[in-house]
Amino acid sequence: MIPALRTEGLAKAFTLHLQGGTRIPVLGGVDLAVQRGECVALWGPSGAGKSTLMRCLYGNYGAGTGRILLRHRGEELDLATADPRAVIEARRETLGYVSQFLRVIPRVATRDIVAEPMIARGVPREEALARATALLRRLNLPDRLHGLPPATFSGGEQQRVNLARGFAPGYPVLLLDEPTASLDAANRAIVVALINEAKAQGTAIVGIFHDAEVREAVADRLFDVLPQQDAA
Amino acid sequence: MTTPLLTAEGLTLRFGAIPALLDVAIDVAEGEVVAIVGESGSGKTTLLRVLSGLMSPDAGTVRWLGQDVHAMGEAARRRLMRTEWGFVHQNPRDGLRLNVSAGGNVGERLMAVGARHYGNIRTEALSWLARVEVDAARIDDLPRTFSGGMQQRLQIARTLVTRPRLVFMDEPTGGLDVSVQARLLDLIRSLSRELGLSVLIVTHDIAAARLLADRILVMRRGRVVEQGLTDRVLDDPQHPYTQLLVSSVLAA
Amino acid sequence: MSTPDDRSAEGRGHLNRSRPNEGTMMEGYNFAYLDEATKRMIRRAILKAVAIPGHQIPFGAREMPLPYGWGTGGIQVTASILGPADTLKVIDQGSDDTTNAISIRRFFRRVAGVATTERTAEASVIQTRHRIPERTLREDQIMVYQVPQPEPLFKLEPRRAETKRLHALADYGLMHVRLYEDIARLGHIAKAYDYPVMVNGRYLMSPSPIPAFDNPKMHRMAALQLFGAGREKRIYAIPPYTEVRSLDFEDHPFRPIRAPHACAFCGSTDTYLDEVITDDAGGRMFVCSDTDFCTERQDAAASREAAE
Repeated sequence: MIPALRTEGLAKAFTLHLQGGTRIPVLGGVDLAVQRGECVALWGPSGAGKSTLMRCLYGNYGAGTGRILLRHRGEELDLATADPRAVIEARRETLGYVSQFLRVIPRVATRDIVAEPMIARGVPREEALARATALLRRLNLPDRLHGLPPATFSGGEQQRVNLARGFAPGYPVLLLDEPTASLDAANRAIVVALINEAKAQGTAIVGIFHDAEVREAVADRLFDVLPQQDAA
Repeated sequence: MTTPLLTAEGLTLRFGAIPALLDVAIDVAEGEVVAIVGESGSGKTTLLRVLSGLMSPDAGTVRWLGQDVHAMGEAARRRLMRTEWGFVHQNPRDGLRLNVSAGGNVGERLMAVGARHYGNIRTEALSWLARVEVDAARIDDLPRTFSGGMQQRLQIARTLVTRPRLVFMDEPTGGLDVSVQARLLDLIRSLSRELGLSVLIVTHDIAAARLLADRILVMRRGRVVEQGLTDRVLDDPQHPYTQLLVSSVLAA
Repeated sequence: MSTPDDRSAEGRGHLNRSRPNEGTMMEGYNFAYLDEATKRMIRRAILKAVAIPGHQIPFGAREMPLPYGWGTGGIQVTASILGPADTLKVIDQGSDDTTNAISIRRFFRRVAGVATTERTAEASVIQTRHRIPERTLREDQIMVYQVPQPEPLFKLEPRRAETKRLHALADYGLMHVRLYEDIARLGHIAKAYDYPVMVNGRYLMSPSPIPAFDNPKMHRMAALQLFGAGREKRIYAIPPYTEVRSLDFEDHPFRPIRAPHACAFCGSTDTYLDEVITDDAGGRMFVCSDTDFCTERQDAAASREAAE
């Protein structure tokens, strides 16, 4: 069976032109494959390149060498070489990403931020807003906050907005970068439930989970990410 | 994938010895927001003027739905400019008639394409003032009595009233206060999504480009030095100039 | 007021048109003042103008022996089309006996020796400032309008190069913006004279400062209409039976406006009226602006009375 998301010989290095062209290799020879309904936790010491790998998988970072193959519309799309418009389309339909930080859009209400990706996927506006409200409630975000822009929210509240935005559309592939970092135990449990429900529905998940308890609750296996200097 | 609405290839333009554009290629698809960023003098405004037919290149072609923009004749180009295209200027004074009321400004494009029913023109003008958050009570006021942000919103209403498919924007938030900028950016963002507009926006504001644009082109000395997905170009810049540009932005 | 020689030459009481008097024609001037080369140049401009109804044709306007604003454009057009057999009528605001009308009439009597008349029906050429006669004009007549500003977009777009472009592209939204502004501010289109028209469905044209009341007379008029602007050096024309439409909105249609009174002299209720102040106590009356038409009606009424 073709994995929902896989990499072939993925390598990534940064060249810092402003620092005399210093080249920093971060990833090398990464061969990752994630099946439908599977949750893979990236594992490795801090600075090993877990977040870089996540960003490469989302197409946010370009790949140095190798391929990043996403199962999109029944075919494999190489995010490393795809046209930007194809990447945007894949992100709209197939590939979701929950980062640690919410990029706040000025003046847009929380409910609309969560509903936006659903509307982009063709969900009727009213239905999208209803689903957004339900998910925000489940994540214990009080109703009085739903109509406000999240710029002034606390870190934990912003993260829950981010989670709602990532989980609401039901992407076939979901990338989670420390989704529970700023959450308390009660909310962590809700996130674990959300992840397990998504898996049950066939979502392929790649995540970075620093919290051992969460990781053990959701991850089917670990994928080692080693620092390049060590590996070389 | 849909074929692009606007395509340009090999655009070159020199002002004397100074190259303003060097072999620039760009295309814009339906519903896509494309940002052109770069420092002053990098040729981004010149590129916008050449793409919108206001200026002819020394070499290269610009095509709108396959038709050569610079070969189509002024009448056809003007018709395009008031129907399928729109242009939002940095200075609202360049895009508004300051001695004509807000309603007249919005209505002008409708009348230019043949609207001859006063009541309908007025209703349409009122609905557009509401969309750009200008108080309906100001419909008969002259734009010179408006604040800079209001003037810019009025210019956007005036441009969008005929439902163009592609809007060129030249530093639309250029002369505005930061607080007003955010409101305007949000307006551009929501309107372009709602209407499925294609937007080609020139800006030196990296944050604005990130907020609005699907794709980004980085220009320097008349060349496109880097282009691609907005967040990839800004988060993983490859060209030294892009790295400099991105690292120069103060994080708010 | 009429001068004595003017009176003796045509006069109200004379129904017959005055005859050209070779003896009074001034020596040392070419026929109709302008030299033949100039007249040919102006006729070429007129032919071009007739060929493109409503389109302004530049021409090399000459210095005339009267100041700009007194009808130099109209006089040059008249001089170029006048033949010895023509009969000329000149009106100023509808009246044959104001200084301007009398002077121009006398000018052409002296430099061309043509017959002049105050009777609209008798004239073959009618030069006018600010009115169209009430009597319906015929195919064998020519109207010559004196035009101060030929560009209808002048007040909206001061750049001549840009207005030319707007005409070339028939881009007339701007003019409608002006009318829109009137309705928005005043509830109706406030332009009472020099009301813009579309000629032959193509060119936006200034009808010269005639009252909007006269605009409908231009539509499909049997007579050729020529317009001359001396200072602005432009000639334009409306050939006979050409469509001339006043700009308007569907829900604010064009309406010719006249004072809601009857003429104090002839009782007419469908002509354009002038308001005349009669004393210092606020007394006033309304009389026909077209003096010839009014006289004709008064004469007709008098003869009807006499017959009874």
